[in-house]
Amino acid sequence: MNLNKLERLFVAAILALVGEVAWADYQLNIPVGPTETSRVIYDFHMYAIWVCVGIAVVVFGVMFYSIINHRKSRHPVPAKFHENMTLEVVWTVIPVLILIGLAVPSTKALIEIEDTSGAEMDIKITGYQWKWHYEYPQEGIAFFSSLDEASNRARQLDSGIDPRTVPNYLLNVDHPLVVPVNTKIRFLITGADVIHAWWVPAFGWKKDAIPGFVTTAWVEVEKPGVYRGQCAELCGRDHGYMPIVVKAVTKEEYRDWVAEQKQKLAGSQAAAQEWNLQVAMERGREAYNAHCASCHQADGSGVPGTFPALAGSPVATGDVDAMIEIVLEGKGAMPAFGRDENIRNEDLAAVITYVRNAFGNDIGDVVTPEDIADAR
Amino acid sequence: MATVADTHTAEHEHGPAKGIMRWITTTNHKDIGTLYLTFAMAMFLVGGAMALIIRAELYQPGLQLVDPHFFNQMTTLHALIMVFGAVMPAFAGFANWMIPPMIGAPDMALPRMNNWSFWVLPFAAAMLSATLFMDGGAVASGWTLYPPLVLQFGNALPFTIFSVHLLGLSSIMAAINIIVTIFNLRAPGMTMMKMPMFCWAWLITAFLLILVMPVLAGAVTMLLTDKFFDTSFFDAAGGGDPVLFQHLFWFFGHPEVYIIILPAFGIISQVVPTFSRKPLFGKNSMVFATAVIGFLSFIVWAHHQFTVGMPVPAELYFMYATMLIAVPTGVKVFNWLATMWKGSLTFETPMLHALGFIVLFVFGGFTGIMMSQAPVDLYYHDNYFIVAHFHYTLVGGGVFGIFAGLFYWLPKWTGTMYDEKLGKLHFWLSFLGFNLLFMPQHFLGLAGMPRRIPDYAVQFTEFNQMSTVGAFIFGFTQLLLIYIVYKCVKGEGEKVGDEVWEGAKSHGLEWNLPSPMPYHHSFEGIDIHKAVADE
Repeated sequence: MNLNKLERLFVAAILALVGEVAWADYQLNIPVGPTETSRVIYDFHMYAIWVCVGIAVVVFGVMFYSIINHRKSRHPVPAKFHENMTLEVVWTVIPVLILIGLAVPSTKALIEIEDTSGAEMDIKITGYQWKWHYEYPQEGIAFFSSLDEASNRARQLDSGIDPRTVPNYLLNVDHPLVVPVNTKIRFLITGADVIHAWWVPAFGWKKDAIPGFVTTAWVEVEKPGVYRGQCAELCGRDHGYMPIVVKAVTKEEYRDWVAEQKQKLAGSQAAAQEWNLQVAMERGREAYNAHCASCHQADGSGVPGTFPALAGSPVATGDVDAMIEIVLEGKGAMPAFGRDENIRNEDLAAVITYVRNAFGNDIGDVVTPEDIADAR
Repeated sequence: MATVADTHTAEHEHGPAKGIMRWITTTNHKDIGTLYLTFAMAMFLVGGAMALIIRAELYQPGLQLVDPHFFNQMTTLHALIMVFGAVMPAFAGFANWMIPPMIGAPDMALPRMNNWSFWVLPFAAAMLSATLFMDGGAVASGWTLYPPLVLQFGNALPFTIFSVHLLGLSSIMAAINIIVTIFNLRAPGMTMMKMPMFCWAWLITAFLLILVMPVLAGAVTMLLTDKFFDTSFFDAAGGGDPVLFQHLFWFFGHPEVYIIILPAFGIISQVVPTFSRKPLFGKNSMVFATAVIGFLSFIVWAHHQFTVGMPVPAELYFMYATMLIAVPTGVKVFNWLATMWKGSLTFETPMLHALGFIVLFVFGGFTGIMMSQAPVDLYYHDNYFIVAHFHYTLVGGGVFGIFAGLFYWLPKWTGTMYDEKLGKLHFWLSFLGFNLLFMPQHFLGLAGMPRRIPDYAVQFTEFNQMSTVGAFIFGFTQLLLIYIVYKCVKGEGEKVGDEVWEGAKSHGLEWNLPSPMPYHHSFEGIDIHKAVADE
């Protein structure tokens, strides 16, 4: 058959409706992931589909039989009946039985999925507009995870970059979450500003990240690999640009990774000891692009009417203490960054220094981590 | 009552006033029905245009047309306008036009309030639409208006909330009018159980409206005080709970989906018997099933929140309760099939839309059963599978129900038969366009595409393109509908008698009246005792 791409898809879609068709290029169904939970969810999903297909065959079969055989041209004199108690009882009772057939395995699956007991380690996930923060409480490691640069450039309106040329467009981050395989990990999920939802399709479940509350979920990945997902709850302008990447590695690789992260942390603390304009600007640019650029834009121009411009703004070029206060305490839609213990003094000092000296602001002052510590 | 007609004299028989004041000051149920339907059609086009902006942006990955913030405003306004501006007013239009003639009443019981309940709407809709042009744009939080996100939007927020208040107010007034009309103005001999299914469906809907609209009004008012008066209902830092809003919203929002679908059930229960030339099968169980659906719709709201971290027992309760809705809904579908069984079926446009309704709604019901299962809903939640599901029920159900009713009663209203060829063309284009639009979204959701994103990973491209093509077919087909209605209203077409459809008299009192129905005193000169008894 010579079909073009759209036609092939259409055929695949129709076939997939009535049965399982593995269409090489396109995923049509829930993925079977590397976890027991995802298999449970997939199996139950297929079971529910088949139950529905069974009912559909009966219901639409009867309907189309009537349409074909009881049309006026073939069946000119209509029957007169309009009651049948027995029949009505039957089609009340049978659906109830079918539903019980669904409810029993479903209840079992839900209890298993929600059981976070016996976890070997915890990871705390915090949703931000529009990035994720991951913290490993037992290891003392924490970092932000944002959309990667290549996707970020390509996704801008009229960027002129074809997303098809960007690897894992919108599904790639700068710092992926790294987890060891064959370890039951409990996630503690919360939100910093608005509600987000943490969803990696290969793991099956998703959970909301709600400010002020901690929801829990768990995962035990069986195969090393990279698993990708996205925020699933509308969380503002860049809701579509909040990917999740989980890198599952062997336990040994995980230990190495942890050691490396700790070393990096020590290095960055040492660098913070020598604080000058250059160090602050470099660190500030990185932090600005990761945390501020999604609202105030990479060039500090803001979004008129929604997010104020920083280039030449009275706040960014005026009294430094007033600016520190706004960054720490927030204002309007701007979060109170100073109240968030996930954000370090060094980064806040660097960002403020950067904004006061970038975008043509050129104030020339340097804010130090100590200034922030005092203000906090 | 029949003798009342004799005491009236011809000098009482006057037509409508002339000019624009006729429409502004009218208390006539037919005029108000027309106003509602015209308004609904206009809003349907506005909301549809917004949907087309959304689909055009999603035609391919990357941003081509709009800013993501504007995209979110479109998704929010599309939903609010379609629900409150298009579908609900359309059903209110049907109620105004058809409930009085179907129960043998001269008009609605509270005609002055009827005028008000309509005229609040255009102002509310104008205020809602005006938020688009305010500083920072319209609210971009989705129609669910979840805090804390919704509290980030500036000037648009109070205006959106006030317009939601007004839209709710209008619905409550319409609901009160319908309840009072049905309880007080039925013709002698028209017992409750003799009343047509459409009136029953609207009666139950009216109760749902009165019970849930105040809850929505309360919830959005709490948003307002959180934003402007320093309360912390939904702010955890102040001792509140963001999830509380979701519970309040969905306590309104879940019955709301039945507010949209029950009147459509009513219309289908009129159309299917007419074109099957058989009485409605199991009328009593239809009434009972509708009431049970209405009741169940109140106790299942948190199935919209399986991912918020509810305790497992609560999740199980909401799962079981939700599944139960399938039973009375199934009864209704089986009754329609039994009505068709051994009938003498013909397939005029209203019947085509009714059959389309059954196919699409049942399909949406299947995905509904799948979603009711909490463990798999953890996967389906907030992805395109959900978007596909609720459009199958609300568009495939609600809007196709409206189409069925429109073609069914349009000749009765105008005295002129619509263009049957164009009607059938409208059905087939709508049906195919609809399926091309929403069927691929099931696969997008299962493959992992979240909803409400303006841009997507490249593996979702092809299905999104199919969906967008379908959207434009479905959307532009509605211009054909306007043309068909326009022609019919202008009187271009065959004149129809009072029965319109073969043997229609046994399916509703309205078919005893001349087409078009008289402006006043509908039942003058008609032996209403005999008409009710003949049904």
